[in-house]
Amino acid sequence: MSAFLQHTFDGLVSGAFLALLALGLSVIFGMLRVVNFAHGAFYMLGAVGTYLLLTEFGIPFWWALLVVPLALGAFGMAVERTLVHPLARLDPLYNFLLTFGLTLVLQDLVKLRYGTTSSPYGTPSALTGTVDFGLFDFPAYRVFVLSFAVVACVAVWWLLGHTRVGMLVRAATERPELTRALGIDVGRWVTPVFGFGIALAGVAGVLAAPMRAVNPLMGADLVIVVFAVVVIGGLGSIFGSVAAGFGIGLVQAWGESYLDQWPIVAQTSVFVIMAAVLLWRPAGLFGREEAPA
Amino acid sequence: MSVATQEKAKRPPSLLRAVAGAPRGLRWALLAAALAVTLWLPNGLYPAVAVDILCWALFAVAVDLLLGYTGLLSFGHAAFWGTSAYATGLVAIHAGVPFPVAVLAGALVAAALAAPIGYLAVRRTGIYFAMVTLAFAQMIYYIANNRRGLTGGENGLQSVPRELFGLDLTDAYYFYYAALPVVLLGLWAAWRIVHSPFGRVLVGIRDNPARARALGYPVHRYKLLAFVLSAFIAGLGGGLFAMAHRFVTLDTLHWTTSGKAVVMVVLGGIGTLWGGVLGAALLVRLEDWLSFSGFEAVGLVTGGLFIVVVLVFRRGLWGTAADLLRRRLNR
Repeated sequence: MSAFLQHTFDGLVSGAFLALLALGLSVIFGMLRVVNFAHGAFYMLGAVGTYLLLTEFGIPFWWALLVVPLALGAFGMAVERTLVHPLARLDPLYNFLLTFGLTLVLQDLVKLRYGTTSSPYGTPSALTGTVDFGLFDFPAYRVFVLSFAVVACVAVWWLLGHTRVGMLVRAATERPELTRALGIDVGRWVTPVFGFGIALAGVAGVLAAPMRAVNPLMGADLVIVVFAVVVIGGLGSIFGSVAAGFGIGLVQAWGESYLDQWPIVAQTSVFVIMAAVLLWRPAGLFGREEAPA
Repeated sequence: MSVATQEKAKRPPSLLRAVAGAPRGLRWALLAAALAVTLWLPNGLYPAVAVDILCWALFAVAVDLLLGYTGLLSFGHAAFWGTSAYATGLVAIHAGVPFPVAVLAGALVAAALAAPIGYLAVRRTGIYFAMVTLAFAQMIYYIANNRRGLTGGENGLQSVPRELFGLDLTDAYYFYYAALPVVLLGLWAAWRIVHSPFGRVLVGIRDNPARARALGYPVHRYKLLAFVLSAFIAGLGGGLFAMAHRFVTLDTLHWTTSGKAVVMVVLGGIGTLWGGVLGAALLVRLEDWLSFSGFEAVGLVTGGLFIVVVLVFRRGLWGTAADLLRRRLNR
């Protein structure tokens, strides 16, 4: 039982990363109809940025958690203005291709400057111990990651569901023409929403720095898993992305620990689940059916 | 509206069609010129680079068959290129058959793999199709990495024999000419598919799926068949690639490989078929030149080039050339 709780906890923590990334991807898709291939690269930039702030400027984790997402959000907004926006009226595939090119550029820029070796990043001193939950001890940093991600997801949900800004974004997502007809400047919200989604990827990157190996390719394969996660949850569905993120995290962790003689099960489970969802509910578990093509 | 349709609204689908109104002699002259360049290629380039161009040309044309003529962007075609590379290598190692037979076997395995993946993937269109194919390809990558007994894991598949009735093909220069017929056959097949009634239906589905369905065409089945055929052609390329390098690595299955083929297609021109050949030649040559000059961040250049192409040069090389030629002829 204790082992089961341990695996479940680990699954929720890795699910937290998937959820944060899937959430950012979904928010961007909802507003812009752009699937951001570079999401994993921005996550990587978040982790690398955190590492560089410490090694080059001595800026600690807590400041990085504030500065890096803001900086990446600003960078994301610049990317939206200069690269994504010119393709807005074309088939969304063009922006998918564009962000693919951007992924290669960002990865290789970091590689060129800092090499491909992984860099260790110490756990922040306030979070080095374990947290005692009565029967179980969990590493304090992981408890922090999980709570932070849950708070972030709830905050985004609240922001979208209960504020005026969120209402506008939802309206613009669901009925762009009607929203425009009501005299709301939808275009104004596109750039900030893109930046916000990138900032979420940045948050995931900062949180990953003390836990995972920091290197230019750390987001490369992760982004594919996140794609599968949003297909499962339903692309554009905020709740679906978060739920599928945590769910896949759990499935992978259970697979890794209970079927450890077949590591392939844990690695491919997300894709098998995606295949099953495609057969059973092509729009995703929480997605709405698209208009017939 | 699909990617190809948007571009197509402004120009004819291929250079051949652009030339269709031109004197018959010009058409044959162009074909002859292309053949002459193909035959001369290993004399002007490193033969090994020329062979790589052949393999990637098949891959790019296969991707364009789906993207340009069916309106489906597969971002997971490395699954078929790589699977065929491994299957070809294994057949060559264990059966010792002539290399074209091994390549054919590899391509058939790739097509067999494409059937279930395509069956699931064609349920989605547009961006979803791209993401789903990408995800399935990644699954194949993990499986290959895991089945070390079969694929050699991260060491790859070593010393693949290159056998053709006892001929000495160790020199890439001779292997180029041995591989050329297979490549031309694959390209001819792609051309036949595009210009067959089946291909016309595909274009109809691309441009207006609802109408195609209303006319009674089983849209999913057409798309699935196109997907399997495209995987077969990509598999021909992948099998030859295994033969050309005489080893197979996991890289052949990675999503960056799928992406590279897509870059070639967009660079050459979506929906132009031969543009993919041009794109392959350019990109392979560029990457060879970069690695030769010791520049390691190849992705920086190809990615940057790709961004520029997508932003301002969406017709690609072939599309632009066709447009210029058409204007000249219509004047």
